[in-house]
Amino acid sequence: MKYIDEYRDGRVAKDIARQITAAADPARSYHFMEFCGGHTHAISRYGLEDLLPANVRMIHGPGCPVCVLPIGRIDAAIALAMRPEITLCTYGDLMRVPGSNGSSLLKAKAAGADIRMVYSTLDALKIAEAEPEREVVFFAIGFETTTPPTALALRFAIQKDLKNFSIFCNHVLTPAAIQNILESPDVRKLGTVKIDGFIGPAHVSTVIGTEPYEFFAEEFQKPVVVAGFEPLDVIQAILMLVHQVNDGRHEVENQYIRAVTTFGNEKAQAEVANFFELRESFEWRGLGEVPYGALRLRPEFADYDAEKRFAMVTPASKDNPACDCGAILRGVKKPADCKLFGTVCTPDNPMGSCMVSSEGACAAHWTYGRFREYARTGEQARTVEAGKAVA
Amino acid sequence: MNVMTKPYKRKLDVRNGLVDLSHGAGGRAMGLLIESIFHKAFDNEWLRAGNDQSAFGVEAGRMVMTTDGYVVSPLFFPGGNIGTLAVHGTINDIAMAGARPLYLSASFIIEEGFPLADLDRIAQSMGEASREAGVPIITGDTKVVERGKADGVFISTAGVGVMPTGLDLRSDAARPGDAVIVSGSIGDHGVAVMSKRENLEFDTDILSDSAALHELVAAMVAAGGNHIRLMRDPTRGGIAATLNEIASQSGVGFRIDEEAIPLKPEVAAACEFLGLDPLNVANEGKLVAIVAPEGVDAILATMRAHPLGGDAALIGHAVEDANGFVQMTTSFGGGRIVDWLSGEQLPRIC
Repeated sequence: MKYIDEYRDGRVAKDIARQITAAADPARSYHFMEFCGGHTHAISRYGLEDLLPANVRMIHGPGCPVCVLPIGRIDAAIALAMRPEITLCTYGDLMRVPGSNGSSLLKAKAAGADIRMVYSTLDALKIAEAEPEREVVFFAIGFETTTPPTALALRFAIQKDLKNFSIFCNHVLTPAAIQNILESPDVRKLGTVKIDGFIGPAHVSTVIGTEPYEFFAEEFQKPVVVAGFEPLDVIQAILMLVHQVNDGRHEVENQYIRAVTTFGNEKAQAEVANFFELRESFEWRGLGEVPYGALRLRPEFADYDAEKRFAMVTPASKDNPACDCGAILRGVKKPADCKLFGTVCTPDNPMGSCMVSSEGACAAHWTYGRFREYARTGEQARTVEAGKAVA
Repeated sequence: MNVMTKPYKRKLDVRNGLVDLSHGAGGRAMGLLIESIFHKAFDNEWLRAGNDQSAFGVEAGRMVMTTDGYVVSPLFFPGGNIGTLAVHGTINDIAMAGARPLYLSASFIIEEGFPLADLDRIAQSMGEASREAGVPIITGDTKVVERGKADGVFISTAGVGVMPTGLDLRSDAARPGDAVIVSGSIGDHGVAVMSKRENLEFDTDILSDSAALHELVAAMVAAGGNHIRLMRDPTRGGIAATLNEIASQSGVGFRIDEEAIPLKPEVAAACEFLGLDPLNVANEGKLVAIVAPEGVDAILATMRAHPLGGDAALIGHAVEDANGFVQMTTSFGGGRIVDWLSGEQLPRIC
């Protein structure tokens, strides 16, 4: 496949892997956090860890919008969807995210809530247009990449004078989260997480550019390489980080020059700024309250803000006490360190959000990489999957 | 008085008419529908006899029986429709036992308001598919439900067949060292159906691979039936589900090689932008065979000589693995698990 195969070439990968092995100082170790779930998925799906030397390790960060959404927001969405006048439109990966007491949007749908899976914000707009008697709410989540489409949907809704369309806004911001991780006691004081550098998500940077990372690369003296999502992109970014660490540099470098610029897509940024403003604080699952880490609709668009329009309340989030999603999202623990991993928590029956989305660290490790644990320990699978009848 | 005049029988308006509740009510309207659409399309001696059941002779030995339901959405897709799928799918379920399919049944649950023209088109293509396969549909049933209680038409089938003497394919028969053979490119059906889904439509030349595999199977059995451990048609859940299923039933693991798996570039591209893994995508005209090492060459050669197995490929082997993992060497050079699909990737694909 043109423009894809070039970035998945196993021979080139082996060559870069050799360069990493040659460059990595055997006297030290290198710990890099790939912030974004898309990278986590690529690393697991292509078995990239098998190509890296033992002293270069990847830590899976919190960049999966489904994973960092606190339970309280799911509960609020379910409560909203159960109202008879509401049609809740959502991306499919939110459907199975567990809320409180084993609830989920999927179960709410089965119980009669009008919840519809859509592929884009424009599908939700179409539903609002076609069914004027329904109150259509779009469950907006995601990082800077998915925020401009939500802004566009708002623009169209206003142009078309749609009175029955609103947004449940859960958009969050990448740089704020990285800063939060670097400021966390785990990293700063306790030293339980050693992070020598970051791989930044290219799709986010196609919108915001590389410039927003300059501040903390400098402030925290951590190198950042903004990288694409193909496996060769990721492995090349790792090589670039190893070189920076060896040279004592802490710069923001751009691996994804085929689409990312320093200042990003200023038109998209302007559209986002037009409709959204920063929240002073917003709860992230695993990170807790992150200051200025999320967006809400500007007050002048209150009519389109589902939280205001329907006086939504977000109940306090209560995670399963044994679930280590929080520590995993901060890079303090690995998926297999969690007692629930692979026992009661699997992608078929997720307890924590990291197991739900294919971009979650736990789901990626379970789906693609768990054989490594068993290979290391010789332990047998902790769960025996029953043979499912597939006729 | 004109006592003996034969009552005028109005013809079914197949071109413009719609199915209404009377078509399932057991009266004349139902008789007319069955006669004008189903009997016409499936025509054979058993249906002509007009019984509520059909009798046929049985051979000595073992028989196989299967049943299947079809709810695919949309009903028509590139390369087939719900009717061809029902015929091929049922035949394939019989064929995967190594058996020769003999007869099918088909029962239709139709939603009020469904166009008769669409029903006719579906029935016609079922008739064609069954004639082509040489497996007649010899009994059936028709029900009509109120609007909104079904989605157009659902088809439920049964099939019977006979096992060749001495052949005994079992789900727990895979042994370490056995070869994994797939009969051709994967994911075609799932992608063809997806390309016509509402809100997701995209232009593609990909056709569903929907096909009856019993003749390919007969050739394989003739070439080395004693070396075939078992066969499966990798429908919902794709070859990932099939291999995991066999692994857990046989108590083995599998090692497969991504580069060896036949995959059309168009299917790869569609999966790429839909975010799907082709290993999880449904097939309707492919089989996975687990074959003892000594039979691989003969069976592979036979498959490649058959029109439905031209791209057959050896994609990996069964290995000893207490965990029953299906592992794959990626074309990138790393290793990963090929797991069951979690939740629904593509609802109502067959």
